[in-house]
Amino acid sequence: MHRVVKISKGLDIKLKGAPVATMTSIEAAKQYALMPADFTRVTPKVVVKPGDAVKAGDALFVDKNAPELRFVSPVSGKVVAVNRGERRRVLSIVVESDGKFESLEYKAKDVFSLSGDEVKADLLNSGLFAFMRQRPYDVIASPADAPRAIFVSAFDSKPLAVDFEVALKGNEEDFQTGLDALSRVAPVFLGVSAKQKATALNVAKNVTTTVFNGPHPAGNVGVQINKVAPVNKGEIVWTIGAEEVIFIGRLFNKGRIDLTRTVALVGSEVKNPSYSKVVLGAQLSTLLDGRLSDENELRIIDGNVLTGSKTAADAFLGAFSNEITVIPEIMGGDEMFGWIAPRFSMFSTSRSYFSWLLPKREYVIDARIKGGERHMIMSNEYDKVFPMDIYPEYLIKAIITGNIDKMEELGIYEVAPEDFALCEFVDSSKLELQRIVREGLDKLRAEMC
Amino acid sequence: MKILRNYLNKIKPNFEEGGKLSALRSVFDGMETFLFVPNDTAKCGVNIHDAIDSKRIMSFVVIALLPAMLVGMYNIGFQNYAAAGVEATWWQMFLYGLVNMLPKIIVSYGVGLGIEFIAAQIKKEEIHEGFLVSGLLIPMIVPVGCPLWIIAIATAFAVIFAKEVFGGTGMNIVNVALIARAFIFFAYPSVISGDTVWVATEQIFGLGANVPDGYTCATALQFAANGTEILGATGSALTTCDMLTGLMPGSIGETSVIAIAIGAVILLWSGVASWKVMFSVFVGGIAMSLLFQNTLPDNPVAQVPFWQHLILGGFCFGAVFMATDPVTAARTEVGKYFYGFGIGAMAILIRVLNPGYPEGMMLAILLMNVTAPFIDYCVVQANVNARARRLTKKN
Repeated sequence: MHRVVKISKGLDIKLKGAPVATMTSIEAAKQYALMPADFTRVTPKVVVKPGDAVKAGDALFVDKNAPELRFVSPVSGKVVAVNRGERRRVLSIVVESDGKFESLEYKAKDVFSLSGDEVKADLLNSGLFAFMRQRPYDVIASPADAPRAIFVSAFDSKPLAVDFEVALKGNEEDFQTGLDALSRVAPVFLGVSAKQKATALNVAKNVTTTVFNGPHPAGNVGVQINKVAPVNKGEIVWTIGAEEVIFIGRLFNKGRIDLTRTVALVGSEVKNPSYSKVVLGAQLSTLLDGRLSDENELRIIDGNVLTGSKTAADAFLGAFSNEITVIPEIMGGDEMFGWIAPRFSMFSTSRSYFSWLLPKREYVIDARIKGGERHMIMSNEYDKVFPMDIYPEYLIKAIITGNIDKMEELGIYEVAPEDFALCEFVDSSKLELQRIVREGLDKLRAEMC
Repeated sequence: MKILRNYLNKIKPNFEEGGKLSALRSVFDGMETFLFVPNDTAKCGVNIHDAIDSKRIMSFVVIALLPAMLVGMYNIGFQNYAAAGVEATWWQMFLYGLVNMLPKIIVSYGVGLGIEFIAAQIKKEEIHEGFLVSGLLIPMIVPVGCPLWIIAIATAFAVIFAKEVFGGTGMNIVNVALIARAFIFFAYPSVISGDTVWVATEQIFGLGANVPDGYTCATALQFAANGTEILGATGSALTTCDMLTGLMPGSIGETSVIAIAIGAVILLWSGVASWKVMFSVFVGGIAMSLLFQNTLPDNPVAQVPFWQHLILGGFCFGAVFMATDPVTAARTEVGKYFYGFGIGAMAILIRVLNPGYPEGMMLAILLMNVTAPFIDYCVVQANVNARARRLTKKN
């Protein structure tokens, strides 16, 4: 039997537009892009020019500080643009697909015949290492480090999240191979949900499986690390998404790069939310065409409603995104006396609203902040939805005041911005907590590295 | 609604930077957000937000204060007519209380919000809602005889020196309303103590009755401190029923236990106030009064039964509305028990052992406000130490 960890603090926000476990087939996109900003704190050095022919697995850019860290094209075709923004910052590198999805040839290998360093070298060579993130700092992992462990969360508990079992179906073998490969590098810890039934998860080999039972953020890998073996100062833990483990498995089983994801299109403004097979970095238009409602002004989010960023219908799927969420930007704007109106249709954790009476109801929530930013007033708001053994309010205050020693003492090494997403949602003072935590991590990293 | 919105949109540019009326930006901003929820949408971080905001939280505290305020108004009239020995209907009593109370509320809000608007203008921030609560609390915790100009000075002092110098709502260390009261207590002791300020004695607009010169009536706690029977405005003994309904002399909002209990239910149900603080204030009060009852047989206040300690004076009002102020209370959940217990115990301690003034709730809360950061420090430090131990154990 696996160890079961019960999470009691947290919040499941019930939103309208959860995906049903069916596949909607869509036309393959023409253009694909990598956005260097998705790979947190990597300084890109572009190694292709418009007009270059590439195959899946050919590097589009590398990390300036660690050139062995390659960020590769997801498809075969021709580089059409290197888009730059202010101060020549690289925004995206766009590849036009030739429709053949050819990959560079890698050899299929038995991972058990490889050493940890050989697996690492293969991951670097294929560009899959770029999906490895690290705690502390929640940045792309450095290949030079030797991590204490690798954590994989096999479920996402966020509102409107994808069900990993849908993506896993048909990829069980690759998933296991991926885990096997990672286990050559460092001990692998797999977090599964008590609700997940797939055998590939429950009897996964060469990993330490922990079952998590409870509301969001039980699926956050940060919470799982905190419950299993918290990150101490000086330690490094790597994390990788469950779907990326499948990519690794494909590399070793089939000897090719195949970055096909199972992407969900979700949200209240989507007609028939469901899953589709989409190659990483695909232009969203083929996924979105004809499937969005036109009642409200829309907010298209690359990723989850809690952690994703606003994007546009002609933009590209983010490198780490496995869902596109569409919600109304403003619904019922210019609302009068909202501070005292009963607001029956609104969701709140506060009992000054009525949503606590209807726990089963699914809500449509727009992107309005619904209040002005204030100093922290209420206490115990964050703690109620923050299951780690950390005082979130005090950590945030230490970050705001720039007190490095206090940040360390209060456990900043264990957290990532996404761990504060729920706190940010419930915060009555409307502070931008994820931004604050990101800045704190960057500041600390600048001091320490 | 649409017309109003369009009108606001039309005049808005005048209040923005460089506009004719840009000196009134904070006022316009305050009015606009009061009328309409801003249409601002999330720019970074989460894309959706909980519908709760500080405006709603503060509004619920104000709603919770209303029962105590209304009973307080009625009680002003009740005491006046009782002192004069004149019969009157309930609405006459209430109206008299209303005309007595309304100027106090207007002065408190006028002065306090005026300063808040100026501070928001200087700091280029939005107006903070905290004073909506403080501004109503201040007139409720002073005696009916407190002159308006003193309320004005005390409010100004409290808002500037207890709040704005620290950075506004959320940054203050001590409760703003209590600082206003403490200011009166130390600067103008004659209007907040003694036995002539608790009952209104003059007619206003033909309402109320003129009470003969030289009329005195002390508060229940003063009688208790003197060791005599507790008397009401008419000179007859107060019953427990009077103490619960609040028909007795005292600061305007603090007398009615029943009205305060309604407020407590609203605060706890909506989750605005912490039950941990409220509960432990009462535990602390009970524990301390039982202790004194058994150890100080000669002290008349110590011999007041513990339940009477809780329903007399400002104990209930302080426990429900003042101690639970989330900004100045302990912010850790464990700390809240210690913080609340400290207030209850300290209030009774001051009542019993301070011969100068019979009430102790105000000073107890202010003392614990100052102590709360230390309590939190201890609680948080336990977490810090545990993390440090984990690190050394590993090495």
